[in-house]
Amino acid sequence: MSLLELDGVRVRYGARAALDGVRLSVAEGEVVCVLGPSGSGKSTLLRAVAGLTPVDEGAVRLAGRDQRGVPAHRRGLGLMFQDHQLFPQRDVAGNIAFGLRMRRRSREEAAGRVAELLDLVGLPGAGRRAVASLSGGEQQRVALARALAPDPRLLMLDEPLGQLDRDLRERLVVELRQLFARLGSTVLAVTHDQGEAFALADRVVVMRDGRVVQVGAPVEVWRRPADAFVARFLGFRNVTPAHVDAEGARTPWGALPVPAGTAPGARTVLVRPSGVRLTPPEGAPLTGEVTARTFRGDHVLLLLEPGGGAPPLEASCPLRAAPEVGERVGVRFDPEEIVALPDQLP
Amino acid sequence: MTRSALVRGALLVAPLLFFVVFFGYPVTAIVGRGLREDGVWRFGRLTEVLGDPGTLRVLWFTCWQAAASTALTLALALPGAYVFARLRFPGRRVLHAAVTVPFVLPTVVTGAAFLALVGRGGVLDDAFGVRLDDGVWAILLAHVFFNYAVVVRTVGGLWAQLDPRQEEAARVLGAGRLAAWRRVTLPALTPSVAAAALMVFLFTFTSFGVIQILGSPGRATLEVEIYRQTAQLLRLDTAAVLTLVQLAAVVALLVTHRLVTRRRVGALRLVDPAGTARPPRGWVQWTALGGVLATVALLLALPLGVLVERSLAGPDGYGLHHYRALAHADGTFLVAPAEAVGNSLRFAAAATAIALLVGGCAAVALTRRAGRLTRGFDALLMLPLGTSAVTVGFGFLIALDEPPLDLRSSWVLVPLAQALVGVPFVVRVLVPVLGAVDERLREAAAVLGASPWRAWRAVDLPLVWRSALVAAGFAFAVSLGEFGATVFLARPDEPTLPVAVARLLGRAGAENYGQAMALSVVLMLVCAVTLLSLERLAPSRSAGTF
Repeated sequence: MSLLELDGVRVRYGARAALDGVRLSVAEGEVVCVLGPSGSGKSTLLRAVAGLTPVDEGAVRLAGRDQRGVPAHRRGLGLMFQDHQLFPQRDVAGNIAFGLRMRRRSREEAAGRVAELLDLVGLPGAGRRAVASLSGGEQQRVALARALAPDPRLLMLDEPLGQLDRDLRERLVVELRQLFARLGSTVLAVTHDQGEAFALADRVVVMRDGRVVQVGAPVEVWRRPADAFVARFLGFRNVTPAHVDAEGARTPWGALPVPAGTAPGARTVLVRPSGVRLTPPEGAPLTGEVTARTFRGDHVLLLLEPGGGAPPLEASCPLRAAPEVGERVGVRFDPEEIVALPDQLP
Repeated sequence: MTRSALVRGALLVAPLLFFVVFFGYPVTAIVGRGLREDGVWRFGRLTEVLGDPGTLRVLWFTCWQAAASTALTLALALPGAYVFARLRFPGRRVLHAAVTVPFVLPTVVTGAAFLALVGRGGVLDDAFGVRLDDGVWAILLAHVFFNYAVVVRTVGGLWAQLDPRQEEAARVLGAGRLAAWRRVTLPALTPSVAAAALMVFLFTFTSFGVIQILGSPGRATLEVEIYRQTAQLLRLDTAAVLTLVQLAAVVALLVTHRLVTRRRVGALRLVDPAGTARPPRGWVQWTALGGVLATVALLLALPLGVLVERSLAGPDGYGLHHYRALAHADGTFLVAPAEAVGNSLRFAAAATAIALLVGGCAAVALTRRAGRLTRGFDALLMLPLGTSAVTVGFGFLIALDEPPLDLRSSWVLVPLAQALVGVPFVVRVLVPVLGAVDERLREAAAVLGASPWRAWRAVDLPLVWRSALVAAGFAFAVSLGEFGATVFLARPDEPTLPVAVARLLGRAGAENYGQAMALSVVLMLVCAVTLLSLERLAPSRSAGTF
């Protein structure tokens, strides 16, 4: 049975629905990441589960039990706030012990648990330090320790790594992943960063305007975005309306090959940058001028301007083969890297 | 010494000079007059006066009524601070401005309003035969009326800036609503509650106008007693000792206040107050809102309403009878009471200009160098607020009467004395705003080629001018209502509004009483219009937080 279940949850702020009939379940021991742009209702989702925002319609169930009318402090959850919200009047140990004290654990027991958690998050002996003296990464660790201390049945993280710099973020994602696996925690995290979501989650939930638009394993979502919105949100630029018939997909870039078995009709087609292969311009069915080059470490991302009213194309190519800006190149498409999305472009 | 250091020095010297000449010198002069005989200091008078049972009685009453007023104000105004900080309801902004009106209302008007409500022949007397003016309750309630806004603004201002998610974090960790408030919000608020309490204690400890009107012989504060000893009994020595006692008490209060507010700055992370209020939800919040609205209606609106009602109640039904009478001089008044309006406005305008100049210089100097010395200076500027206005007024008369400073017959004496109480308000309003200007903005301007003066104009001025207007409004309102010193300094043919009101109240007869009420209403309207028009301009968080 799933630990957390959301059944048609609706939350309205005035006339606007922040959550609009959200259905979602999280199994025991699973790490689920909700991914969406800002304003998509991610944070509201966590607040509704935590009992901080009242649910207008639908049900939030924890271990099968409807949580309607259960106040936040009796739900037994952990929530790590976006900006941590450590209590400035308390030192590190006082923050971590807060939830334990609220559950009437003795001081000795709490002290033991605090030491244990400080070890766990890699800050041994930091208990007496003032919250204000911590760096961003340390604050994040203390906030995590505070949320974990009472051993919540579900741990929720709101943009857990949002405020940290890139290097630290990448390191902490790995640490978090290992930690959750070791503890067997059930985790519901929200983020707007796909890299973070894909690295952390067993399952990814993509949200838009208060609705769930796609659920799946990270690889699955990455391989087959549910629609143009998800594709664009994941950073793909080569998304275009197309008409699919027996010969392929007709697009502004010409006829593209599509994987066998693609249903005919009006569709949206996504071409991954790796599916745009560069050839010499002579004799190529489509040519374009290189208008920008972005260095991406092991490869280069090119922006090609095909001209004739067709939208620009993004292509990735190995560093050594990258043409200069202003050069004209031919384009060939790789059917393996083309995906026909189910809907029409909005 | 660099040029900018010179400028900063000059900015500090101007207010210091003002303070020494128009506060230090007159107060020292009058204390000296009382305690020196034939060039010899007679400090023996100190112990004599302090050992007198009469003095002890005054001291005791001053302290306990201030403590009781403070406790009552906190009890009634803290829920108000919560409601204005955390609940969103229609009319919140207007009401927030409206509760500030009593604070800038002249104490004479406050006294008159409560007299009309609970005094002899007052509304409660007429309706139920209840009179509170012979007990201490009228004084306490008038003090709550006057200080409600101090608590709501000081505590509520901070409360609105506390991140509500702090409480939510505690809730998710298993704390109930009350536990979350007690363990997270309350510790964050405590210093500001203490600061507000000290401020209320200071204002009620030195209460004069209210007690002058509502008090009885056994119920005099130090300030009232100083007035009695000076003006009625001509016992300058006793008055001098009492002045010193009050000064010592006020210094102790200000030092404590300073220590308390310094702690407040701590590690709290504040958020934009606009985003923290929510519409009321659940019976607790609705009850709080209802209770606060009822308190405001009964305690703040009712006395003012009654004041208006009494001013309109003429010998033959409601009408403008008393207002019309204000236009005529009668036997005991040298001029028509209505002329006091013009006098008041003129004096208050001049006082505001002086207060802005002096306070503005002080505020800039204080924010540009935060050494120990300047912080002490900051506290020094607050001193006139707590010093007996009577002492200052009388001190002006005896100290500023010789060349080169012979101002005895000059009209400028009144605005100068009024500016003294206006300066602390200007400094209090401007310092946080000036301090909040990000130095990097000035640096950015400088890098782009702006001279210090141009940078100030481009960066500071746009941020500060609104607050300067608010400061001017406070100074204006406070000057308008200044009574203790003005009553000494205003010439008989040039009374200000509060002086005229007090004169009318001091005389018997329904006619005079009605006119006093009418004149109080006029004074109230002038104050309220000043304040409300400035509130519209003000970023609400900067106005009048002490």
